[in-house]
Amino acid sequence: MTDWSLPEQAVRSTAAQMADALAAGEVTSSQLTQAHLDRIAAVDGPVHAFLHVDAEGALAAAESVDADRAAGVSLPRLAGVPIGIKDVLVTKGLPTTAGSRILEGWIPPYDATVTRKVREARMPILGKTNMDEFAMGSSTDHSAFGPTHNPWDLDRIPGGSGGGSAAALAAFEAPLTIGSDTGGSIRQPASVTGTVGVKPTYGGVSRYGAIALASSLDQLGPCARTVLDAALLHEVMAGHDPHDATSLREPIPGAVSAALEGASGDLSGVRIGVIRELGGEGYQDGVRQRFEEALDAARGAGATVVEVSCPSFEYALAAYYLILPAEASSNLAKFDGVRFGLRVERETVERTMAATRAAGFGDEVKRRIILGTYALSAGYYDAYYGSAQRVRTLIQRDFTAAFEQADVLVSPTTPTTPFKLGERIDDPLAMYLNDVATIPANLAGIPGMSLPAGLAPEDGLPVGFQILAPAHEDVRLYRIGGAMEALLTRDWGGPLTAQAPALPTSTAEVAK
Amino acid sequence: MSALERSDVARLAVLARIDMTDDDLDRLSGQLSAIVDAVATLESVAGPDVPATSHPIPMANVERDDVVDESLAPAEALAAAPQAQDGRFRVPQILGEEA
Repeated sequence: MTDWSLPEQAVRSTAAQMADALAAGEVTSSQLTQAHLDRIAAVDGPVHAFLHVDAEGALAAAESVDADRAAGVSLPRLAGVPIGIKDVLVTKGLPTTAGSRILEGWIPPYDATVTRKVREARMPILGKTNMDEFAMGSSTDHSAFGPTHNPWDLDRIPGGSGGGSAAALAAFEAPLTIGSDTGGSIRQPASVTGTVGVKPTYGGVSRYGAIALASSLDQLGPCARTVLDAALLHEVMAGHDPHDATSLREPIPGAVSAALEGASGDLSGVRIGVIRELGGEGYQDGVRQRFEEALDAARGAGATVVEVSCPSFEYALAAYYLILPAEASSNLAKFDGVRFGLRVERETVERTMAATRAAGFGDEVKRRIILGTYALSAGYYDAYYGSAQRVRTLIQRDFTAAFEQADVLVSPTTPTTPFKLGERIDDPLAMYLNDVATIPANLAGIPGMSLPAGLAPEDGLPVGFQILAPAHEDVRLYRIGGAMEALLTRDWGGPLTAQAPALPTSTAEVAK
Repeated sequence: MSALERSDVARLAVLARIDMTDDDLDRLSGQLSAIVDAVATLESVAGPDVPATSHPIPMANVERDDVVDESLAPAEALAAAPQAQDGRFRVPQILGEEA
């Protein structure tokens, strides 16, 4: 049993436990929110998961929830449970940078739809989490404000682009965070931090107010320490939004009931397809070992495990690195020093734009804009962008065929455990390989989840297990992910994050 | 497909409106050539008979009700402008002296 009067116990609880304790009157949102703000003050110096902490706003939201609860007002399930929001989402009145100097100090005049939904769910917003600049990266090395450090080993990457959202969970600075996944930016950070991350079906969550990277690939999703917590947040975020033309007009998936059903650990009759092309050579021994052990656990719980082949996945990375830069070069044209953000003034507006973008963008952003400009230029468009879009069709066909043989497809989320910060910063191609197993889902628009598979024996660092489901079948992730989590944590005696080493703490008080 | 030369990167940087120093061009053209080589394998993979996918979940003619929606007040829209004047964004001259 959690002693809610002890902040160190409170912050290690799940979001579901916090919600239940709030509803039962065992703890107040003010206490919970203060406990997390204190934790951030104590450990975020070396972790650097947050770019901005809003102690005042979070506590005001918490006090308002506490007052309503005391007055007997009916409240949403997660009311009073604090949350961190990736800095890619605009938040009215709170700084939003997307990890870029070009937006340093910008205060958005409106809320993203997901921000609005979080506020309507009455969840205190602790702050904005760190990320690679404009979500371009797999390590947070490309944040203009300095990298986030992995709580499992502060010298290592927390994944990216949503490294801040994942590290905040693993460091117990927040029970829930929001991420965005264009090629793996939710799932890969979850994998390397021993947490859970879900990329919903494309269109399942509104992208309105999410600073766009590649519009045909971007999708927002929940980050958590457990499958059930991710499901609770998924239901808060999802739903049709007339402000996003790609928003699906279908009901919000029953993620929570699926996760609860899965928690029985029963996988009888479930067909699990192992993707041959996402494993084997190039995958670290300990990653393969923990992945195989997870499959054994699934078999033991009644699942049938089959191998499936997706031959076009060999070309997914190449297609992605044409489609993404092409769309990004167009999306990032709006950062021109005219209406908001940085301006480096020159004699003409055109020279002002070029000087502003030179000063405001980091190297990786410049690389991808140039690459995208090239891929879209006359004479190359069909060879590059056109070819990549045709490969995208082949990848979708591979998935369709594979899902005829299996209910879900699985792979390791990442080929390796987290590497050292800075190690691949000047080698873009090596950095891009992080996302080789996560990118196909974005190209096809299908939902995916990463959940912890244990620690690699050779380095004691987290390994991620990826589950993919057909489009619109997000509930399968929660049903089967919930079961896998129940089977694996039974062996570990609790969530994997409980095994994370203690972090150095400072005693600095949060400014109120 | 041809390699990306330094002069190509310089031309693309002009098109993309990003000033680049000589050092930038040296560094980026080497890295970009390696990336272009890696992604240039695609042309032969899918023949012209394979349709292109521009969007993962097909949708067409997405419309909303034709009603007035909330929008920003002019002061809010201008609040973060580097420069504003008379309710408008202020910018340096559009055309240079020689134009």
